Amino acid sequence: MPVIQLQQIHRDFQVGDQIVHALDDINLQIDAGDYLSIMGPSGSGKSTLLNLIGLLDRATSGHYILNGQDVTALSDTEQAITRNKTIGFVFQSFHLVPRLSAAANVELPLMLAGMSVEERRSKVAQALEALHLSDRAEHKPDQLSGGQRQRVAIARATVTEPAVLLADEPTGNLDRKSGLDVMAILETLNDRGITLIVVTHDAALGQRARRQLHMLDGRIHREEQEG
Amino acid sequence: MRLFGLDVLRFAWGALVGYPSRALLMLLAMSIGVASVVMLTALGEGARSYVRGEFASLGTNLLTVIPGRSETGGFSPSTLMGETPRDLTLADAQALTRSYSVHRVAPLNVGSAEVSRKGRVRDTVILGATHDMLALRRWQIMQGKFLPKIRWNRAMPVAVIGNKVREELFGTEPALGQWLRIGDRRFRVIGIMGSEGRSIGVDVEETVYIPVASAQQLFNTSSLFRILVEARSRNSLPAVEQYIIKTLQTRHQGVKDVTVITQDAVLLTFDKIIGALTYSVGGIAAISLMVAGILIMNVMLVAVSQRTAEIGLLKALGADHRQILSMFVGEALLLSSLGAGAGLIIGELGSLALRQAFPVLPAHAPLWATAAAMGVALGTGALFSLLPARRAAALDPVTALSRR
Ligand SMILES: Nc1ncnc2c1ncn2[C@@H]1O[C@H](COP(=O)(O)OP(=O)(O)OP(=O)(O)O)[C@@H](O)[C@H]1O
Ligand SMILES: [Mg+2]
Repeated sequence: MPVIQLQQIHRDFQVGDQIVHALDDINLQIDAGDYLSIMGPSGSGKSTLLNLIGLLDRATSGHYILNGQDVTALSDTEQAITRNKTIGFVFQSFHLVPRLSAAANVELPLMLAGMSVEERRSKVAQALEALHLSDRAEHKPDQLSGGQRQRVAIARATVTEPAVLLADEPTGNLDRKSGLDVMAILETLNDRGITLIVVTHDAALGQRARRQLHMLDGRIHREEQEG
Repeated sequence: MRLFGLDVLRFAWGALVGYPSRALLMLLAMSIGVASVVMLTALGEGARSYVRGEFASLGTNLLTVIPGRSETGGFSPSTLMGETPRDLTLADAQALTRSYSVHRVAPLNVGSAEVSRKGRVRDTVILGATHDMLALRRWQIMQGKFLPKIRWNRAMPVAVIGNKVREELFGTEPALGQWLRIGDRRFRVIGIMGSEGRSIGVDVEETVYIPVASAQQLFNTSSLFRILVEARSRNSLPAVEQYIIKTLQTRHQGVKDVTVITQDAVLLTFDKIIGALTYSVGGIAAISLMVAGILIMNVMLVAVSQRTAEIGLLKALGADHRQILSMFVGEALLLSSLGAGAGLIIGELGSLALRQAFPVLPAHAPLWATAAAMGVALGTGALFSLLPARRAAALDPVTALSRR
C-alpha cells in the first residue's frame, strides 16, 4: 500500500498580481519504505513539494492521502498531530534550538506529543545512541560540528519513529565527508523501513536513491527508477 | 492537552535564561511596578495608623464644640474654619461644667501676636487657655508650672512658653520668672513646655500660653475659638454631646448654632482622606504595572520575531496553535510572576526600611494591596503576551523556517 498518494496537486502562490504555479498537477505514489530523491533547478518546486508532503503547507487543489487517510482537509491541530506522529524533518540548516542541549533538542517532538518524562528520557537516549551522540547529549549546538548537528537533527526527526523522513538538502551546509556520512545514516534508516525523501542539488547524491524525480517548473518532468 | 504545564514552564525558563538581558529588563519593569504598589500603600497605611495613634494620644473622651452649625452634624472643613453665626463665650463654657458626666472643660482662644524680649521679636501663636488644658490634652510641663487655677474670666499677666520660643527669646539665659512682651502687654514667664506634649494641631514648643481672659483682652474679643469638653467616660459621650447641644441651645435663645465634633468623626474623616490618598497613590503605582505590561508586550513581540525559525521548527515537529500560544503566554506569566515576586520582596524590604527610618509611621502594606499588585502583574503579563503569542501561533511554518 502506498504511504503517500498525491492526486492532481496544485500549489499556487500569488506574487503581486501574478500567480506562480509552484506545483502544477503533481501525481505521485510513494510506497512505504521507498527511497526517493527529488532533483531539479532552483525554483522548480522541490521544497514546496516536500513541505506539502510534510503537512507544513496546503495544496491549492488536489488530494493528499497519507497512510490511507485523506489529510487535505484536516484541521490545524489534526495536521500537527499527524506531523508529529508520522513525519520527520531534516533541514539544510539543521534548525536546532541554540539554547537547548542536543538531548533537549531531540526531546522536543516527544514533549509536544505529551509523552511522560521517563519515557522521553529513554527514547532520547536511544536515539542519541543510535547516532553515536551519547557523549554529546549535554552539548549545545554551537559546541558541535556541522555533521554532529545534522546527526542531532536526524535523531530528533526519528525519535518519534515516523513513517516518513523528509530531508531538504540535508548535506547542503556540510563538507563532503560529513555529507556522505549523513547520507549513509539516512540510508541506513531507510534500510530499516522508513520512507525516505531527499531533496538535493547534488546529482551524485540523488542517484543513490531508488526513485529519482526530476522537477521542472512545478511539474515532475522525468522519473528514473534504479534497477 | 498535549503539552504539560510543567513542560511549558521548563521551556519558558530555558527561553528566559537563553535571553537574559531581555528577561532582566522585563523583570525589572514588573518588580518596580509591584514594589511601588507595595511601598506606597504601606506608606499610606503607616500614615493612617500614625493619625490613629495621634488621636488616641489626644484622649478619646474628648468633644470639641465649635460655633456654627454644620448641616451634616458631622465634621467638614468649613466647620473647622469656624464661620460664626453666634459666638461662644466664657459663660457658655462655664455652663457646660454643670453636669456630672463632664469631667473637664477647656475654653480656648487662638491668635497670633508678636512676642518680644530685649529687642528679640518673633511672631508666635498665642493660645488662650486654662489650668485644666494641660491635663485635658495630656501635655507635660518641662519647667515651672502651667497656667494657674483661677476664675476663667480673670486676666493675669502670666505666660507659659514653648521651649523653642524660649530658645529664641532667651537663648541660654534662664527664662522662668522673667518678663516678656506679647503685643503691647507684659507677661511673666511661669512655665516652659517641652516636646513631650507634641500633639495634633498644636506645635507645643512653638506656642505661648496665657490665661484665656488675657487672650481675649489681647485680641480684643469676647468670643472663644472653641471649647474642649472631656467626658467622664467613653460611654457617656453621646449623653454629653446631647447635654452640650441642649445647654447651648437654651443659652442661645433656642437656636442650635454649635457643632459638636467627636474624635471619632474627625478620625473617620482623616481615615477617609488617607484611605483615598492610599488608593489613588496605589492606583498610580498600578499604572506603572500597566506600563510594565506594555513593555512585556513589546519585548515579547521582539522575541517572536527573533525566534521565528524556532517557532517554525516547533510547528514542523508537531506543535499546534494552542501549544505555541501556551508557550509564549507561559513565558510571559513566568516572567511576570518572577517579577512580581521580586517586586514583593523589594517592596517589603522598602517598607521595612521605611519603618526603620520613620518609626512613627508603621508602614505595612495591606494584604489587599499586595494581592492586587500580584494579580495585576500576572493579569497584565498574560493579557499583553496574548498578542505576541497569537502572532507566533499564526506564523506560517514554511516562511518561518526559511527565515534565518
Ligand atoms: N511563499 C512563497 N510566496 C511566493 N512564491 C513562492 C513562495 N514559496 C515558493 N515560491 C515560489 O515557488 C516556486 C518554487 O519554489 P521552491 O522553494 O519550491 O523551489 P526549490 O525547487 O526548492 O528551489 P531551490 O532549489 O532554490 O530551493 C519558486 O518560483 C518560488 O519563487
Ligand atoms: Mg528548496
